[in-house]
Amino acid sequence: MATSSAISTTASAAPQPSVQSGLWSWLTTVDHKRIGLLYLYTALFYLLVGGLEALLIRTQLARPNLSVVSAEMYNQLFTMHGTTMVFLVVMPLSAAFFNYLIPLQIGARDVAFPRLNAFSYWVYALGGLFITLPIFFGLAPNGGWFGYAPLSGPTYGGGYNMDFWVLGLQILGISSLAAAFNFITTIINMRAPGMTLMRMPMFTWMSFVVQFLIVLAFPVITAALFFLQFDRFFGTNFYQVQAGGDPLLWQHLFWVFGHPEVYILVLPAFGLVSEVLPTHSRKPLFGYNVMAFSGMMIGFLGFGVWAHHMFAVGMGPVADSIFAVTTMLIGIPTGVKIFNWIATMYGGSLRFPTSMKFAIGLIAMFTIGGISGVMHSSPPSDLQQTDTYFIVAHFHYVLYGGAIMGIFAGIYHYFPKITGRLMNERLGSWHFWLNFIGLNLTFFPMHFSGMLGMPRRIYTYDAGQGWDLFNMISTVGTYLLLVAGLIFAYNFFSSRKRGAVAGNDPWGGATLEWSIPSPPPEYNFAQIPEVTSRYPMWDLKAPDRTASLEHVHPSADDIAAAHAVPVHEETERRSAKELGIAIPFSTIRPFMVALGIIIMFSGLIVLHVGEFPLAMAAMLGGSAFMVGSLYAWLTSPLE
Amino acid sequence: MATVAAAGAHEAHEHAHYTTTGLNHRKIAMWTFIGSECMLFGSLISTYLVYKGRSVVGPFPHEAWTSPTGQAFKPILNIPVTSASTFVLLMSSLFMVLALAAVENKGKPGYEGLLGASKFWLAATAAAGATFLGFQAFEFTSFVHEGLTIRTNLFGTSFYTLTGFHGTHVAVGVLWLMTMLFIDLKRGLEPRDAINVDIMALYWHFVDVVWIAIFTLVYLIK
Amino acid sequence: MSTDRTHADHAHEHPTWKQYKWVALWLFVITVFEVWAYYVPAFVASKAFVPTLIIMSAVKFTIVVLFYMHLKYDHQMFRRLFTGPLIIAACTLVAFLFLFSKVRIG
Repeated sequence: MATSSAISTTASAAPQPSVQSGLWSWLTTVDHKRIGLLYLYTALFYLLVGGLEALLIRTQLARPNLSVVSAEMYNQLFTMHGTTMVFLVVMPLSAAFFNYLIPLQIGARDVAFPRLNAFSYWVYALGGLFITLPIFFGLAPNGGWFGYAPLSGPTYGGGYNMDFWVLGLQILGISSLAAAFNFITTIINMRAPGMTLMRMPMFTWMSFVVQFLIVLAFPVITAALFFLQFDRFFGTNFYQVQAGGDPLLWQHLFWVFGHPEVYILVLPAFGLVSEVLPTHSRKPLFGYNVMAFSGMMIGFLGFGVWAHHMFAVGMGPVADSIFAVTTMLIGIPTGVKIFNWIATMYGGSLRFPTSMKFAIGLIAMFTIGGISGVMHSSPPSDLQQTDTYFIVAHFHYVLYGGAIMGIFAGIYHYFPKITGRLMNERLGSWHFWLNFIGLNLTFFPMHFSGMLGMPRRIYTYDAGQGWDLFNMISTVGTYLLLVAGLIFAYNFFSSRKRGAVAGNDPWGGATLEWSIPSPPPEYNFAQIPEVTSRYPMWDLKAPDRTASLEHVHPSADDIAAAHAVPVHEETERRSAKELGIAIPFSTIRPFMVALGIIIMFSGLIVLHVGEFPLAMAAMLGGSAFMVGSLYAWLTSPLE
Repeated sequence: MATVAAAGAHEAHEHAHYTTTGLNHRKIAMWTFIGSECMLFGSLISTYLVYKGRSVVGPFPHEAWTSPTGQAFKPILNIPVTSASTFVLLMSSLFMVLALAAVENKGKPGYEGLLGASKFWLAATAAAGATFLGFQAFEFTSFVHEGLTIRTNLFGTSFYTLTGFHGTHVAVGVLWLMTMLFIDLKRGLEPRDAINVDIMALYWHFVDVVWIAIFTLVYLIK
Repeated sequence: MSTDRTHADHAHEHPTWKQYKWVALWLFVITVFEVWAYYVPAFVASKAFVPTLIIMSAVKFTIVVLFYMHLKYDHQMFRRLFTGPLIIAACTLVAFLFLFSKVRIG
């Protein structure tokens, strides 16, 4: 396995096309980088879908008493907009970066369980279709992304609409959980020698925290969804008031999941900007330890604040006070991060490529969302704001201004690593500014319409309530966002072919992913690097920046066990075979197991239609197919 | 989700590779999975406890009930039967650790006889698990005959869901045990296979531990 | 973290039949006490009933985890991976009991 090949230092050539191509190679791939790309493309597609849903919502609300879409379709649109953006866009976009970057940042050749990784993707891809396609038949979920019982239950949510939501979320949960177990194991156990936890790049740190949030939050929604599923399909009484059931149980379980979910959405973006800011400030991240610990603090406190979503249900003064205090507390580690980013830039020698613009944009926009969040952490204040457009404004500043801006920063920053070519900076600048203006035009007026009493989720409204102008501005802003999105799409696809050649390290990055060719070879590192500090590439290229930081060599045993060599730039491309590196076999079985799961769940829909024999056939056949494929997978060697 | 666990649990990428901690990948993944299961069963048990005593109609777990039509129902839980099944499941955990010890120490002095008989202990564990499932099937059918289904009241709904989820976990464990037994019969498990038995044992003991909590919170506390 | 490798898997010895049989005996004895307690009406009616049962159950839970799951002997990483989630799950459960007025303050 060890190789003694000399690493040539010749200038890098133009990026080479991927060795494998064709549909079959994508269906069977277990390479974390290709799976990352699959996540990226699929999630960008759903971003378009979710964006168009938002566009229709805003068009309907542009002026009073419009009927661009029917009221029923409007319900489906806002439900699917939320569900799509949370589960099919932001989480998978983060997953694209987890997949692509974590192994590269920790100096590993793949994730711990490559086939499980492929399985996670296929469950997501097929589950996404399961929940998205019904809208074309007017059967999409229509009870809100939070699915409050009893509206989502059998009594008030009859029909198939919410069936797709309940089952679709169960399917997507499987994907997220499988991926989380995989990444936790990868981060704990596949770090290169010397890559201690406190030397991990900040993106990997935030990802690590997020995986624990997923592992602990998703089982709760799984249980809550099973209850709802049993109520809908088997006539149980979980959320049935006449049987003594309590719809508040759903709200509590949902938000025990839902609040950590907010951090699941935003922490990866925080991680990405924590990579972008130091790189373009040419200065180490300010307060690394504090950043890592505040991430953990956010993750831990995130499990103790859920009921602030429910102040209006009347939990009583004790519960209200406790959750208000924990909510205010969680603002502290979040604020610490904001100040640390600003301090990172302070005194740095700044550059402003598009990724940096988006990163700074995140700091500004997230701060606005954070401050309005602290406003409704106080129950008396929240009672005025809850279920109004003020809340819509708040969480869009957090999730668009935070998560999406951070992810765009990440895309511009890592596009050259992924494709070997740079994105066009002029178009990038247009994208950023139109996006920035569009975002504020869309969401800032919602603070006002909300304060003036406009409720969330309403289909339309009468004129003369002071809401007209604000709604019109919001709608104009949304169209601006569409233009910005189209510019991004053009830039993304044209730069893949025609962008300037990037080389290993176009930005002067500090971490290991910049030491290898772009796009990286399938084995990532020809030789596993030996890490001695937090900024291995700066040690090599700009030692003055890291001179004051601690440098400790890993033990000789570890270096020998990993066949590690000191950090260096790898520029030569050789095949894994030439280097003697074992690469996992491609396999279709993870896809087949995922397919079996989808068939199994589809059986429940058929059951609701009333086709009992067909439903049983689908459920039993799907299960048998899944178990059979699983055994075939488990009994075949990995590499 | 058990699928996910099984999928992760069998995928070996670490042989002959360097790992940071020197620990086994799958064992880390299994402990992570068990942490996740704590939240799943935590939610299920919370729901059972929240709904305890809120059923509008009987039958009830610990109290007799007479329906408006005059039909009389006894307290429905059968403590002697469940105590027996609890005992069987506890003993299965003993068999499981002995199976692991047998595989780990195969060929070592002191493990020539019964203590080294991994096939026997694996079969005993699987049989104990199957017996527990048999008790549960008996319990469920007799409850249904006595008039308690999953739709009858909140108690039925939350009771069958909680114990059913646990039973499903036991069933997956039995399937896993039988697969391991099949491998042992086919080619014989060696000390190098111990890690696979170890990971399965963790899952099995966790399922046992969940039952320890359920037995007290559902069956014994009135 | 790199020094963790020195306490790698199976660097320790798992307990043997000698300990295992005592653990099994304890589990059996505690279970007998639990069921016995259930059949003593005076005890069931007393305030000590619920706490006693929960403590006995917690002891059983703990000894299975420490000895049968080898957490007492294994790498500290596993202990963290288990106790962290267990604490969060337990806190959430207790919070639910308060929120749904199953348990009251004072």
